[in-house]
Amino acid sequence: MLKITNLHAEVDGKKILNGLTLEVGAGQVHAIMGPNGAGKSTLAYVLGGRPGYEVTGGRVTFMGQDLLALDPHERAAVGLFLGFQYPVEIPGVSNVQFLREALNAQRKYRGEEPLSGGEFLKLAKEKAGLLKLDMEMLKRPVNVGFSGGEKKRNEMVQMGILNPSFAILDETDSGLDIDALRIVGDGINAIMRDPAKGVLLITHYQRLLDYVKPDVVHILAKGRIVKSGGPELALELEREGYDTVMADA
Amino acid sequence: MPEAATLLPTTHDEDWRYADPDWLAAADPVALAHWEEITVPAGEARCEAFEVAAGVRRLRVAVGAKARFEIFAVNASAPYARLDVEVTLADGAHFEFGGVTIGGGDGTQEFVTRVVHAEPNATSNQVVRAVQWDQATGNFLGRIEVVKDAQKTDAAQNFRAILLNKGASANTKPELEIFADDVKCAHGAAIGELDPQIAFYMAARGLPPQAARKLQVHAFLADAFEAVPEDDLRDKLLGIALDQLEEGAL
Repeated sequence: MLKITNLHAEVDGKKILNGLTLEVGAGQVHAIMGPNGAGKSTLAYVLGGRPGYEVTGGRVTFMGQDLLALDPHERAAVGLFLGFQYPVEIPGVSNVQFLREALNAQRKYRGEEPLSGGEFLKLAKEKAGLLKLDMEMLKRPVNVGFSGGEKKRNEMVQMGILNPSFAILDETDSGLDIDALRIVGDGINAIMRDPAKGVLLITHYQRLLDYVKPDVVHILAKGRIVKSGGPELALELEREGYDTVMADA
Repeated sequence: MPEAATLLPTTHDEDWRYADPDWLAAADPVALAHWEEITVPAGEARCEAFEVAAGVRRLRVAVGAKARFEIFAVNASAPYARLDVEVTLADGAHFEFGGVTIGGGDGTQEFVTRVVHAEPNATSNQVVRAVQWDQATGNFLGRIEVVKDAQKTDAAQNFRAILLNKGASANTKPELEIFADDVKCAHGAAIGELDPQIAFYMAARGLPPQAARKLQVHAFLADAFEAVPEDDLRDKLLGIALDQLEEGAL
């Protein structure tokens, strides 16, 4: 589904990704782990098309098309979802208004009919329920006054409503207590566990992987994948630390 | 002073320093000296909502004891449009002002207010938002006067501007003249650009750049009309303001 080949990228003239290669097939969940500064968030932003993250080499294809040729909003419309490590607050715009406009913009891009207000609210209610987020919160401005955990759950509600075919989740587990972690993990499984969908889970810690079982675990260091393996690799990392595991990479 | 009516102000006058000098030089001095007089009787409420036409409109308002006067205005006219409001508040009266200046080209849109807290316990709240592009200018000159006996005055004034490109400008000049000692007066001002972090977040959810910018401007302007008592009127005013954006601003 997502195929990254020899990707090089820099931010403010500083090289962050150095020949990263990775392929996630349909129906798979891949986890990317790595020490601070390895380039995990940069990878997420490059795939999302954030301005200032410049690709200097390599290719990314998403469901057969050249992802890097698309604008950020087009990448969303073709089915790519980027879950933010630090979701942005948007004062004055309610979640409901924001998501309905976003969803209908995506549908328009794909040549689909817009959802009516009633249809949208029904969908929003269902997904908010899945993530145990009070519907009242969706009527409030986007992320304004939300706790860290509420922001992350809200990201997952957005993912549920937008129903992407591929999700890149950047440290969605950070800032979550153990109950919220379980809710978010269940949410990811409910929304994204599908033979036609894929997930790239970027995380520091093994704990989210207890709830969302990865098919493949990659270790990212100095801008490239240095080691890949099964779920046991995450456990090994947790037990022995990056230095030891990477030493024999 | 009838002779004063024949003198044209210039941009050397403090209250006209950001005005369009060409428009001013060609103005009719008699028309310019005309003030519409409004009285809101004690205990009553009056709400005015309108678009500011090109030229200068001047309102002088006396608000009676415990009365309430509200103005909500969209100022989008070119080449020069100015609304002057001079309000005198009696005991316990309230003045609410929500204004939006919005425009491009080389237009100048401005609000100039003078709020006199002439008696105790009066309150006033002014919120002005400016969105300008091209070479346009948006201004808010707000003067608050609290006389010696006007204790328990509570006056607030807030101005924020967003400039959509480099050529646009915004000016603000808050002036507080306070002669009472038990008062609350707050003012704030900020001039900036649309937040690129919000823009990327919106794009990542599928909103094209124009729609995202429009939504950001919508959110920004909404503050000015938060105090509008009816939802329909609030939506109408916001709609009028946002319609200005269609013409290539985004």
